[in-house]
Amino acid sequence: MSAARLSLTHLTIRFGGLAAVDDVSLSVAPGTVHGLIGPNGAGKTTVFNLVSGLLAPSSGTIMLDGKEIEALPSWSRAGLGLARTFQNIRMFAQMTALETVMTGMHLRMKAGPVASILRMGRFRTEESAARDRAYEILDLVGLSQSAQLRSGDLPYGDQRRLEIARALALEPRLLLLDEPAAGMNPSETQQLEDLLGRLKQQGYTILLVEHDMHFVMRLCDEITVLNFGRKIAEGRPEAVRSNPQVIEAYLGTRVAKSLAGGS
Amino acid sequence: MPEFVLPEVIDDFLFTYQNLVYSLGIHGLLALSMYVVLAVGQLSLGQAAFMGLGAYASALLTLKLGWSLPAALAGAMLIPAAAALIIGSPTLRLSGVYLALATIGLGEVQRLAFVNSDFTGGALGLSGIPTKAGLVSIYGSLLVALVLLVLVARSKIGRAMEAMREDELAAGALGINLPAYKLGALVASAMLAGLAGGLNAHVSSFISPNDYGFDAAVTILSFALLGGLGSPFAPILGAVILTLLPEVLRSLANYRGLVSGSIIVIAVMFMPRGLLIWRMGRIGVSSRRPS
Repeated sequence: MSAARLSLTHLTIRFGGLAAVDDVSLSVAPGTVHGLIGPNGAGKTTVFNLVSGLLAPSSGTIMLDGKEIEALPSWSRAGLGLARTFQNIRMFAQMTALETVMTGMHLRMKAGPVASILRMGRFRTEESAARDRAYEILDLVGLSQSAQLRSGDLPYGDQRRLEIARALALEPRLLLLDEPAAGMNPSETQQLEDLLGRLKQQGYTILLVEHDMHFVMRLCDEITVLNFGRKIAEGRPEAVRSNPQVIEAYLGTRVAKSLAGGS
Repeated sequence: MPEFVLPEVIDDFLFTYQNLVYSLGIHGLLALSMYVVLAVGQLSLGQAAFMGLGAYASALLTLKLGWSLPAALAGAMLIPAAAALIIGSPTLRLSGVYLALATIGLGEVQRLAFVNSDFTGGALGLSGIPTKAGLVSIYGSLLVALVLLVLVARSKIGRAMEAMREDELAAGALGINLPAYKLGALVASAMLAGLAGGLNAHVSSFISPNDYGFDAAVTILSFALLGGLGSPFAPILGAVILTLLPEVLRSLANYRGLVSGSIIVIAVMFMPRGLLIWRMGRIGVSSRRPS
């Protein structure tokens, strides 16, 4: 097995007396889709916020491609190839979809203020190339028809896919998707699953938080289960699904016992 | 300044309304200086202080050292820029209202310093500043500033600034260096306000510490609030309206504060995006897909 794309070691964060993430270790192999699941309040989004740099861990390390990143601000982590979406969509509402995706290319674009003011050839070439690439990414997520529309005016499901497009514009080495299917209707969920399937085929490495179990089971190569901030199980989807501790965490002790007794 | 021969009608008009015409241009520059800070989602109440620093710096450079107008105006931009670096570096690393608080502080400290220093003429201020600025220098500066801001807005810098204003967390996650952009915006805005101050000193020939207090800071803020932030043109529109209003409503002189205050309240409540809601595109080339 090759070196991990992302590895968390004994990651812990305490808010006062509460350990929201408690001694969690996991590693994501390049080119895989890794699911992070657990009941509400298990600490999944907190793990995402730690990895993307919105929170600082109380202890433990976060390594991206073997480099420790836990002390870096979020924008530096983006520079190392980390991109994310948000559980509650965070749009640049006034921007068009095209501008939104181009904003995701910020770090790839080199033209500074002087080149921008003088409208040098270099600046125009770079802007055109970015625009063309943004249209390709919008094609990939199925939004190129909406390129000129205000991001904030797009339907909910489209906004979720635009967020993914914006993250893809970073050409990420690791893509963190926080509940991408949340609030979607079945047909939107199906579209999303197709999209993530295509991304997987193209070799993207994805860490995914999601509540829709069928979605997670079909898509993920590996799953880590959290409960009350602690890791309670990990492994391949079929193994995790039949793990008694996981069933207990989701359904409660009594149901889990009756299920165990019944089978 | 080169002499222009103007038609008599315009000449008469300028003679009568000279101060108003100068004020419009200077307030336009101040509105742009406010826009640059608000455009990255920060609130500064120090634009009047930056203006005062620019006014005093340029006046002292002309009065005590005999500098030419362009050189004095360069000084009027660089000294506020240095002040912006000093207060911006520590405060902009934090999110929230720290910048607003620190800039209010800057205004008060500066006013007290000017009042208590003989070098700056104390509470009486400085008088006898040569009136070397005029239409060309004021409107030339405004035009240059406007063109620069339009060009910058239509580039990756403009996109980054709007992204920060709309959602700072998401912008940071895309790799936009938030503290660097905030500091850059504050320094640029201090330079614009300083330039406006320098021009103001050199058309009015007299400046005093109380010209650049909290009232002035709020007035400058209201230019941008009324106009909007969709493009650099919007805050200028706000400045024009709020500068002309007291002239138009001269008959209501006693209620001037009430009327302009109400206009601001109404604008903020019912037009949160300002009067000029048109939003400028942020791409430096055509946004159409080449076929």
